[in-house]
Amino acid sequence: MPEPLIELNAVNKWFGSLHVLRDVNLTVDRGEVVVVIGPSGSGKSTLCRAINRLETINSGTIIFDGKPLPEEGKQLARLRSEVGMVFQSFNLFSHLTILENVTLGPIKVRRESKAVAKERAMKLLDRVGIGNQADKHPGQLSGGQQQRAAIARALAMQPKAMLFDEPTSALDPEMVGEVLDVMTSLAVEGMTMIVVTHEMGFARHAAKRVVFMADGELVEQAPPAEFFDNPRSERARDFLSKVLQH
Amino acid sequence: MSILIDNFDLFANGLLGTIRLCLLAAVGSLLLGGLIAAFRVSPLPPLRALGTGYVTVFRNMPLTVVMFLSAFGLPPLGVNEASFLNVPGLNFLIPQLGNNAFFRFALIAIVLYTSAFVCEALRAGINAVPTGQAEAARSLGLTFTQNLRNVVLPQAWKFAVVPIGSVIIAMIKNSAIAGSFGVAGDLMYTSDVLVSQEGLPLLPVFLGLSGGYLLLTIPLGLFLDAVERRRAATIR
Ligand SMILES: Nc1ncnc2c1ncn2[C@@H]1O[C@H](COP(=O)(O)OP(=O)(O)O)[C@@H](O)[C@H]1O
Ligand SMILES: [Mg+2]
Repeated sequence: MPEPLIELNAVNKWFGSLHVLRDVNLTVDRGEVVVVIGPSGSGKSTLCRAINRLETINSGTIIFDGKPLPEEGKQLARLRSEVGMVFQSFNLFSHLTILENVTLGPIKVRRESKAVAKERAMKLLDRVGIGNQADKHPGQLSGGQQQRAAIARALAMQPKAMLFDEPTSALDPEMVGEVLDVMTSLAVEGMTMIVVTHEMGFARHAAKRVVFMADGELVEQAPPAEFFDNPRSERARDFLSKVLQH
Repeated sequence: MSILIDNFDLFANGLLGTIRLCLLAAVGSLLLGGLIAAFRVSPLPPLRALGTGYVTVFRNMPLTVVMFLSAFGLPPLGVNEASFLNVPGLNFLIPQLGNNAFFRFALIAIVLYTSAFVCEALRAGINAVPTGQAEAARSLGLTFTQNLRNVVLPQAWKFAVVPIGSVIIAMIKNSAIAGSFGVAGDLMYTSDVLVSQEGLPLLPVFLGLSGGYLLLTIPLGLFLDAVERRRAATIR
């Protein structure tokens, strides 16, 4: 049996007295695409952030690529460089051009030469369809273009897994598709992905598994067709009826 | 008026002394203030505590007291003449570094005091940078120093440059305390000598003295206004 890439065991996390992750167990195999859905405040972002240790956990273990997450320092930086993260609000470096955004990590973290980093960056920007925007600053791009640039920035580190935290939630509706297309092509190519999203279409055709969270608990997980057509838990049924109504 | 013209040489010399002291102090305060600010935002609790302690002490102590501590407290601690500041080459440009221990102690005091304020202005700038910027940098695997140098500080600087400028203007005026402590050759000291030793009338001498400081602070203020206008125009 192949070793899973990401493994969470009995993970607990509190913000003060607020219990945001309750005994979370989750394994993600190499090449697997997992969609996480659930009501706002259920701990989806915290789960993502815990996996590359932007948030520390209070108990339990997280294993990435066979090793427990490092506590700090150089090893932690290395781990983070192997896990790409895409944020709801893009978080492109606003003082740098799109190209510089994409090459910063490879040059500073991987110590690649500028030429090598630039060549790969241009390929990635072409791939996500914004090669002609390379010399602009983030503020000059549309939301959809910025998010695609952010995906290219994460891919430039050649990560082993990608985490997406509601990557299309801040976008105007007409730009959602262009970002989902990029994510779908990544999924098809076999990238390991954890995607927090309410885009049911994406979940249905790109995910191998849907994980439903509520109140910090991982309530149920199932293949997308099974989950959407036959949710087992009351909370999932309730949530889906609200989301699918409009 | 004729008093100012007759003693123009002395005033010009005093002004030069003040400029030298302030240039060195500004560079020193920016460097030390930057370091303390890095301590205060660092992920290591002991460094953060050190930074916080530093700011608490030097922001709340009158500069006069810091001067006293520097001149009379450092020598027993083994910093006899603060001669580490007598840097070859630099002491050629700024002779006081070589031949005036009180200049060196005053410089240390001004830097210690001013860097606390530079640190806080810089930290306010760092806090004005959206947290997502530093998080994105961390998630790429940048270390704390890489993050600070490549992502956070270049953006924080825009928010901090005007407040830091105000700190430097205050520092230039504060440097007068060094003169009244007997640091030979700065503007304040020169005026003091003219009045109390040469017996010249107070008013015109102090008019000249004020003019000297204004000559330094007003252009700096205008420069900061220009920076601010340019920034306002780009943020919009
Ligand atoms: N830094 C924080 N400090 C305190 N509470 C937080 C923090 N971040 C998130 N929370 C709280 O933790 C809970 C889970 O948040 P989050 O993981 O962002 O949920 P989701 O992404 O599912 O909407 C929420 O109640 C939120 O208010
Ligand atoms: Mg969230």
